[in-house]
Parts: sequence; C-alpha cells; structure tokens
Amino acid sequence: MPVFWLSLLIVAVAAVGFVLARGRALAAVDGDRRHLHSLPNYYGWNAALKVLTPAFALLFVWLIVQPIWMNTQIAGALPDTAVSEDSTLALVMSDVRRVADGLDLAVAQGIISETNAAAIEAGATDVRGVLAQAGVALGSDVDPTVLAAAQSYRSLSGVGDAAMTVAVLLLALAGMGWALRQTTAEFRARNVVEQGVRAMLLFAASIAILTTVGIVFSLIFNTVEFFRIYPASDFFGSLTWSPSFGGGSELGIWPLLWGTLYISLIALLVAVPIGLFAAIYLSEYAGSKVRAFAKPTLELLAGIPTIVYGLFALLTVGPLLLSAFGRDGLNWMQAGTAVMTAGLVMGIMLIPFVSSLSDDIINAVPQAMRDGSYGLGATQSETIRQVVIPAALPGIVGAILLAASRAIGETMIVVLGAGAAARLSLNPFEAMTTVTAKIVSQLTGDADFASPEALVAFALGMTLFIITLGLNVLALSIVRKYREQYE
Amino acid sequence: MSDASLAPAASPRARRSLMETDAHTAKRNAAEKRFRLYGVAAICAGLFFLVVLLTSILGNGLSAFQQTFITTQVFLDPAKLDKAGNRDPDDIRKVSTFGYTPLIQNAVFEEVTSRNIETPLDSAKDMKALISASAAAQVRDFVIANPDRIGETVEFRILAASRVDGYLKDRVFREDVARDKNIDAEHLDLTDALVSAGVIAKQFNTSFIFGSDASESRAESAGLGVSMLGSFFMMLVVLVLALPIGVAASIYLEEFAPQNRFTDLIEVNISNLAAVPSIVFGILGLAVFIQFAHLPQSAPIVGGLVLTLMTLPTIIISTRASLKSVPPSIRDAALGVGASKMQAVFHHVLPLAMPGILTGTIIGLAQALGETAPLLLIGMVGYIATNYPDGFVSGFMDPNSAMPAQIYEWAKRADPAYYERAWGGIIILLVFLLTMNLIAILLRRRFERRW
Repeated sequence: MPVFWLSLLIVAVAAVGFVLARGRALAAVDGDRRHLHSLPNYYGWNAALKVLTPAFALLFVWLIVQPIWMNTQIAGALPDTAVSEDSTLALVMSDVRRVADGLDLAVAQGIISETNAAAIEAGATDVRGVLAQAGVALGSDVDPTVLAAAQSYRSLSGVGDAAMTVAVLLLALAGMGWALRQTTAEFRARNVVEQGVRAMLLFAASIAILTTVGIVFSLIFNTVEFFRIYPASDFFGSLTWSPSFGGGSELGIWPLLWGTLYISLIALLVAVPIGLFAAIYLSEYAGSKVRAFAKPTLELLAGIPTIVYGLFALLTVGPLLLSAFGRDGLNWMQAGTAVMTAGLVMGIMLIPFVSSLSDDIINAVPQAMRDGSYGLGATQSETIRQVVIPAALPGIVGAILLAASRAIGETMIVVLGAGAAARLSLNPFEAMTTVTAKIVSQLTGDADFASPEALVAFALGMTLFIITLGLNVLALSIVRKYREQYE
Repeated sequence: MSDASLAPAASPRARRSLMETDAHTAKRNAAEKRFRLYGVAAICAGLFFLVVLLTSILGNGLSAFQQTFITTQVFLDPAKLDKAGNRDPDDIRKVSTFGYTPLIQNAVFEEVTSRNIETPLDSAKDMKALISASAAAQVRDFVIANPDRIGETVEFRILAASRVDGYLKDRVFREDVARDKNIDAEHLDLTDALVSAGVIAKQFNTSFIFGSDASESRAESAGLGVSMLGSFFMMLVVLVLALPIGVAASIYLEEFAPQNRFTDLIEVNISNLAAVPSIVFGILGLAVFIQFAHLPQSAPIVGGLVLTLMTLPTIIISTRASLKSVPPSIRDAALGVGASKMQAVFHHVLPLAMPGILTGTIIGLAQALGETAPLLLIGMVGYIATNYPDGFVSGFMDPNSAMPAQIYEWAKRADPAYYERAWGGIIILLVFLLTMNLIAILLRRRFERRW
C-alpha cells in the first residue's frame, strides 16, 4: 500500500478513536460532563494522539530502515562473480535497484503482467527492451545475476511493504484500544494530552539540533570518504586547483581560500566605511524625518535576493568596470568577471548589514557618556570619535565579523561575478574563484558522487562551515560581552 | 588690584573676543563639518547604489514584457495537413511541425508581396530568419484543437525570431549582422518595411509571465510560468512545515523550556543555524534527501524541505519575539481563572501573538522565495522546465525549476537575448517579494497592539 494512503488510513483510525473515546467518556457518566475529570474532547484527543504518534513513528523508522536492511540482504546474497573488476558493489546494487524499479514501473503501466514480471528470465525475454518501454534506460543488457537479485529485491520489498502496512495498522488499532480502555470518568485525560503536546513541542524545538547534526554528519561522512581517496596533505598543501574528471586532478584548497578572502576583503572595504558612517549619521546627526526615510530605504538593499546582485555583477558592474579598466581603458582587466566586480557588488549587499547592526550598537551607548563629553566642551564629532566609537568598538567589531562571515559564505554573487579560474594572484582585476563557487561547480552536472572531484565539494563545505561558524561564535560572544557592559 | 597687574602676563588668547573664531576653533569646526559630510556621503552612496541597481533592473528588464509578433494570414492547406481528407485527429497529429513551417513562411511571404515591398529576398524560404522556430508548434496546436478549420485562412499572431526581436529592441545592430549566420542585413531591411506596414509589431508578452522555458536557441518563446509553479509548490512545502514546527519550537522555548543544558543547546543551535551559509543547507539537502533518502532530484519537495530547514531559524526568532511581546498579565489572568498552562498559551497567548507570527512567517517565506544557492545543488538548474505539472502530487514530485534558479539558468546561457529575460524574471520576482513584504507591513499595521 502506498505510504500516502497508509497515512490517510492512520488519520482515519485516529478520527474514529477520537469519536469513540469521547463517546465512551460521556457514556461513563451518563452524559453529565460535570462528573468527568477533563473536558470530553480531551478523552478524544488522548485516543487520537495514541493512534497517531506511535503509528507514524513506526512508519517513519520503517521507511528508513527497510531499504538499508534490504541492501545488506541482497548484497550478501549476490555471488562474488557479480562484482566484476571494473565496478563496485555499490554500482551493482544501483543496477539491481534500477532493474527492480523498472519492472515495477512496467507492471504499473501494463506493459507486462505481474506473473510475467515475476517469471521473467534474462535469456528468454528482452528485459532491456521492456524496461526501455517503461522509460527506464539501461546502459547494457541485464546480467542474469543482477536480474535474479532484482527479482529477490522485488519480492523482498513486496513482503516488506505488506509487513509494514500490517504492523503500522496493528499499532494504530492497539493505540486506540489502549486509549479506550483508559477512558473512565476518573482518567486524567487533560494532563496526559498536555504532556503529549509538550513532548511534541520539545520535538519541534529539537529539529534545530537535528538539522545541525544532519549538516555535520553529511559533511563529515563525505569528507572522510574524500580523504580516503585523496590525501589530506595534498588538499591542504597544494597550491594548484585543477580538477579533471578523467583523473589525475590536483585539488589544493589555497587558491580557492585566497579568492574567497580577497573578494571578502574588497567587499568589507566597500561596506564597512559606508555602512559605519551611515550608521553614525543616522543615529547621531539625522533628524527623525531623514532617519525614517533613509533607514528603511537602505535596508531595502538587504531584502534583495542575492541572485539579483549576481546578475547585477555579471551584466552591469562587470561591463562597466571593463570599459574603465579593460583594453579600452587602463588595460588591467581581461574580462568582466573579476575579484573587483564580485567584491564591489558584495560590498553593496553588505552595507545595510553593517549599518543596521552598528546602528543598534551605537544607540545602545548610554546618553550620559555623550553628555559628559559635551560638558567638557567637545564637539559632536569629537564626542563620536573619542567617546562613542571606542565605547561601541567591540560591538562594531562583532558586526564586521558577522559581515565577513556573510561575505565568505555568499554564493550567487561569486558564481556569476567572480569567474571560474582558480588563481593565486594579487591583481584584483583578474578572475578568481571561491570556495562556494567551486562547491557549486563540482556538485552540479552529472558528476559521479564517488569521484574525488565531486567529493572535494564536501571537504570545501566543511571548511566553509568551520570558518563561518568560528566567525559567528566569535562575533556573538564579543557582542554579548559588550552588551552586558551597559545593562 | 593684583588681578589687573597680572592681566598682561596672561596668554594673548584671553584678550580675544569669543565672537570671532581663532584658528584652532576653526579647525575643529571644519573637522566637525567634514565628519558630518562623510556621514551624508555614506548615506548618499548607499542610496545611489540602490538607485543604480533599480534602474539597471528596470532599464534592462522591462523590455522582456514586450515581444515582437508577426500578424499574418496562414492558409491551412488541406493538401498538406490532412492528406486523407477525413479530418481524423490522429491523422492530423501525425503531421509534424516540419509540415507547418512552409505554410507559415508562405503566409509571411504573401504579406511581403501583397504590399509590394521591394526586397532581394524572393522566396518564401527566405522568410525563415524572421519567424520563430516555435511558430509552427503554435499553428499545429491550433489545428489539432480546431480540425474543422483546415482549408480556411486564419489570422495568427506568431512570434518573430529572436534576432528580429533584438533588432527592434536595439540589442542586435546592423554592424554585428555580418558575422551572424542567423540573419542578414536584407532581413533587417525587410523587418523595417514590415514594421512600417504594421505586420511586425511589439506587443505585450503574456507568455513570458505564464509560459514555459524553451531550449537555448529559442529565447523568444521562453517564459517563467512553469518555474513560478515550481516556486509555488516549494513555498507550499515551506509554509506547511516551517510554520507549525517554528511556532511549536518557539512556544516550547518561550513558555515551557526549563533552564537547563539541553535548552541552552537548542538556543545555541538556532542562533548558529541562522548564520550558516545557505549553500551548506544545499549540501545537507543533497546528502540527506537525495543521496540518503532517494527523493527525486530537482523536485520541488526537496527544495521545499531544504528551504524549510533554512527558514526555520528566521521564523523561530521572530515568533519568539512576538510571543515575548504578549504581556505576562494575560497569562496570569488565564491561570487565575483555572486554565492550565497549556490552555493559557494556546487559548490566549498564541492568538494574541498570531499577527506577529504571520508577519515573521511571510518575511521568512520571502527570504526563501529569493534563495538560489541551495537549489543549485539539488539539481534545480540545468533542467529545462518545459512542462507544467499534471496535478497536485506531480507538482511536488516531478522535476521542475524555481524562479531564482530559472533566472540563474537564463543568465548562464550564451545568447544575450536571455539576459533580457533574466532581468525581466527579476522584476517578476521582486514584485512577488514586494507584495509579500507589503502584506507583512499591512498585517503589522492592522493588528499590532501596544500593551
């Protein structure tokens, strides 16, 4: 039974349980609800929760465990000869799955009957032709052992699905029975339901942890895999980045890191002065009208998606810079995509980020400090430079670090604006590439996930994750420490 | 009078009036002015960048909403389209677009000859460069839908070729045509003549907004409609998952969480996830949903799941803020009349916080709608979104693109005609974002309560 209908059935059982339990509770007190411990609906909810939670939990776990278990079963049953020298067990297993899924599809489309599909033999029938009719293309004719494995895969998965349906439905009914047995006038249904709801709230809150765990595991798993086939010393020691999917590629991280840091540096050189002065002006000088107009308008820049900035870099800023610094101008630039292009545009993107964070921090400096400074005869700018900024400095540093972490993790602008060549160069008008841009280029396309050229993306992702996480933790701790100072 | 006797010994500054500024004060005042000027300059720079960005979007993108069309009378020749003459739909379907192309070329050539336009192009085949490759499919669809009109002459508004469109929009110039094998200078002369005759004209292009993407060589017929649907289904997933999970998580953290290590761990995780680069979420989606769970590549459901995880921290942070803004007296009153803690929260605090929660959710959705980087990793580019999903389930499970991914895809294509489409796509995307943000602002204005 498809998962969708099974889920609907569980929900239906829960609804029935709700009605039955509610009725039973009312019947227990002859319809006089004042003698119940809880409101009647709570008895119903108790039954519904006891149906839904265990049944869906089992369904979820089953859906994850069954494919893994089947893989090990089938792989164990495969004869050693099935795995030839130029392939791996994983490849053979994916063939098995593809054939099995294709046969299922063919049956579903009515190309062959179920009994024919079960009795199909590699020699007798054109398996490849049948599958091609069903829309599944195979690279070569089907090996008999693979076909046999696919057949046992199909029968196993049929048994597994049937068992799952039965087990999940039984559990749902058992939950309903349990809840109905519990339902008496004295039963504290509200307390039980509230405990259940509270557990669900806790689970929702834990999804944040699960996400982090998922990120860390998916990165670590594949990074370890990468370092098994590509030496870590080369990854961290080599100064060239030249992947070639044919093999023999050099995957040194330094050119990418250099490109990332160089572009981020230029972005910060644009964003920090503009953002900081804008924040100072808005919080210290601007009248309420100017502030009410300029602050939200500047923050519009932060609401624009990065793809827009990417396109802006590629199609507007790049050609503009090329006309000034290219062959017609100073002849420093070869193409529109360059460190300068990406850096400038990224700087524009970061202006509101720096300005609104610094604005908050400058506003948090107590007015008494300014008044003290004015009392000593300082002008407003002297007060700002010598009192307000030093007092706000830790917070501003935190804001700049946050902006830097943003710049390092930014993808679309560099993918479109920075170019694709990995270079160690000092010229900001040359095309360079970044960690994020290379993650995209190594993982898009039809790369084989087992090759070092694709797996390197996970090692790059790991590097990126660690750098941005470190910057964030540092920045947040600085900001927090500073905040405590004045509170 | 000892003071008077001391007076001459005092510094010369003391004798000067406060009314005139000395050099030092002047310097300080100048520094003050300069400093202020820097601030103004910074604001102006920021606003200037915004204006440049917006003008470059509007200036480059508005033309995508106009498209060059050829209005022409096509004779639906029964000898070519229905050889058997029995108007059987299956027989008509057998005629491929190649059968229709000459009819259209004849029709356009007829427009030229009937108006006595002088041109060195003297055969119907020479009209090919003016007509879009997708015009034949348009006529074929019409004939299949209306088989009884075979044999009549029907007026069609067919797409002009991308180069003709570019010529009318000042993207293709006469100087460049010499190197272009798709079109010649004679075609441009003919285009000019047909424009003044009213046969070729720019008109509003609905198929850019609602149409589907086209292959690389047919920029003139590419539209954003299918990927818009892809984005819509993704946003549906985000809304259905992120709103309840985010609200539940915030209620737990704000109202029930005890002060312990586990709560701290959750809090640290949420604030860190909010700052993780979006591309890392793409890696997560690739590894967990596609490699591990074997969900289909390029499917809106995977994109929706990834964007859900990405927007959850945003939604949680804003929901917590709006829960916090409900004053404790509400909770106390509810508890005082005998409500349980859970009832106080779900019956009283949550409804009062709802406008704030919805505002935060809409802003989170807007952020998710514009996000591109994670979608690149789960296969939403490189896929040409030409087919509308068949139904609700296939909307989630079938490969599709998304608006920002489609824009990226267009920006990557070699034909400059696609750049205009990319900018146009950005205008549509920004209109959506602007609408969402306006709704959020209106919600806040309408329902915000000051306690």
